[in-house]
Amino acid sequence: MISTQAPLDERSLALRRTALASLVATGGGHVGGSFSAMEIMRALYDTVATHDPADPADPGRDRVILSKGHACLAQYTLLADHGYLDPAELATVGKRGSRLGGHPERGLVPGVECSTGALGHGLSLGLGMALQLRRRGSTGRVFVVLGDGELGEGSVWEAAMSASHHRLANLSVLVDLNTLQSAGPTREILDPGSPAARFAAFGWNTAEVDGHDPQALAKTLQAPRAEPERPLAVICHTVKGRGLDLAENVPTWHYRIGFTEPELESLWRSLGADQTAQPDSPVSGSQQEADA
Amino acid sequence: MDTMRERFTSTTSDLLDQDPRLAVVLADITAAAFAPAAARHPERVLNVGIREQLLIGVAGGLALAGLRPIAHTFPSFLVERPFEQIKLDLGHQDVGAVLVSTGASYDMASLGRTHQAPGDVALFDTLEGWTVQVPGHPEEAEALLRAAAAGSGRVYLRLSGETNHAAHPVEGGRMAVLKQGSDRAAGVVVAVGPLLDPVLEAVADLDVTVLYAATVRPFDVAGLRSAVARTAAADVVVVEPYLAGTSNREVGEALLDTPHRVLGLGVARQELRRYGTPAEHAAAHGLDAASLRARIGGFLG
Repeated sequence: MISTQAPLDERSLALRRTALASLVATGGGHVGGSFSAMEIMRALYDTVATHDPADPADPGRDRVILSKGHACLAQYTLLADHGYLDPAELATVGKRGSRLGGHPERGLVPGVECSTGALGHGLSLGLGMALQLRRRGSTGRVFVVLGDGELGEGSVWEAAMSASHHRLANLSVLVDLNTLQSAGPTREILDPGSPAARFAAFGWNTAEVDGHDPQALAKTLQAPRAEPERPLAVICHTVKGRGLDLAENVPTWHYRIGFTEPELESLWRSLGADQTAQPDSPVSGSQQEADA
Repeated sequence: MDTMRERFTSTTSDLLDQDPRLAVVLADITAAAFAPAAARHPERVLNVGIREQLLIGVAGGLALAGLRPIAHTFPSFLVERPFEQIKLDLGHQDVGAVLVSTGASYDMASLGRTHQAPGDVALFDTLEGWTVQVPGHPEEAEALLRAAAAGSGRVYLRLSGETNHAAHPVEGGRMAVLKQGSDRAAGVVVAVGPLLDPVLEAVADLDVTVLYAATVRPFDVAGLRSAVARTAAADVVVVEPYLAGTSNREVGEALLDTPHRVLGLGVARQELRRYGTPAEHAAAHGLDAASLRARIGGFLG
């Protein structure tokens, strides 16, 4: 059994406070999946992916595709933290005139490689990118973040089968296995079995990791692969709504609009802040790694 | 003479040799014909197998990474099945691609409804930014394909086994005047793609203007307005080899300031469950020359 209980360090708490401040400012959004995916996005942007906020179109960059686009608040939070966005913009998500929507859009948001939101598209797009990157001899890699509920989409498996066939070593999937989808526990709605076993059956390298442990995530993504010529699927065991006592493992917090005063008090307290706290600057990724 | 499908494979194979930006994405259909090209360009001719969502998704990914993809299969599997991928992985990503179908509305009449897609053009009408082309001859198909491959936009090229006896100029997206009515002409008939020949036969004894369209989106508003201005009545008949009435809205918008009537002829919504040949389906949908004569003559008086 993979743990999901890696303690949230100060950077993870600070990232969550930034995300919560956005939710409060905008009235709400996709809480559960954004908070379950926070360390996945953190590991990618802080440590694993090669990227340059000063040159988002660098041809040699790695591509991060958030296929579960409804978790874009986690992506926006990391992009703002890394300088792609003015952090003040996080207070505008979904508002008229904002470039930050409830699902991320390529071309509007620097650092967003694909517009996502409809589940089941990201891996096929990433596959096409990975094929072309390899063809032109680029060192760029493609990382696709999927939800576990999203694994119900047949298109995911069309792409999974194709990626191993084409031996796309430059393609990695990270499954945010928070075990809940909007209607309830994924296992009760249609038991997905073991995602690792299924990806393995499709010819992928697989690994399982605590999806709230950024160091473990990075180490897993950077470790030598059993079959170096095949793609890698990392099953990230997570808790939906992680870090928010009220929201953890509660399906109704998948998408939440409006917060009561007692709820806000609890949410902020969960993250080590009081309700009057202003969003702070998360401890930087490089600083965090230095501290680790 | 070769078919449009054969011309597609020969032309595209030639283009692959010339243009390193191009990539062909297939879903098994026509893969055998592309085998020589695949041998020369194994990384730019990709058969994803029987995975049509992947077909379009991969095309989107290739486009995002800098290639110009040409995706191909039957229209029911190219447009209807992965329509959300067309909407999102190409349109919403704002990348270019060329989608080429073969099979049209009832080329495969004997194979039944699963292989018939008369609603494909209507589906593209729900999206922005698509050029839709319906050639009526292999020469036209080649010209349109070469122009599409050299461009950067989103193009749907609808090929058919039905062919007119002669090719007509199709460059520029304008409709061609193939029969000029007199000042007393009863109206304008717009014939699309491979229905041109039966239309010309049907109206041989009628005083009408016949416009030929191989590019239907964007619709040639100026061409229609010019033709209508020279006829006695602003009555328009559109004869399309896909869902009847698909272009009626385009005609309506083109003639917004002109009192007019429009009759849309094409493939009916009703399924024909009698298999048979394309010619038999054309007759059943009232698209053979004799039926068209009666329907056009009846409308235009």
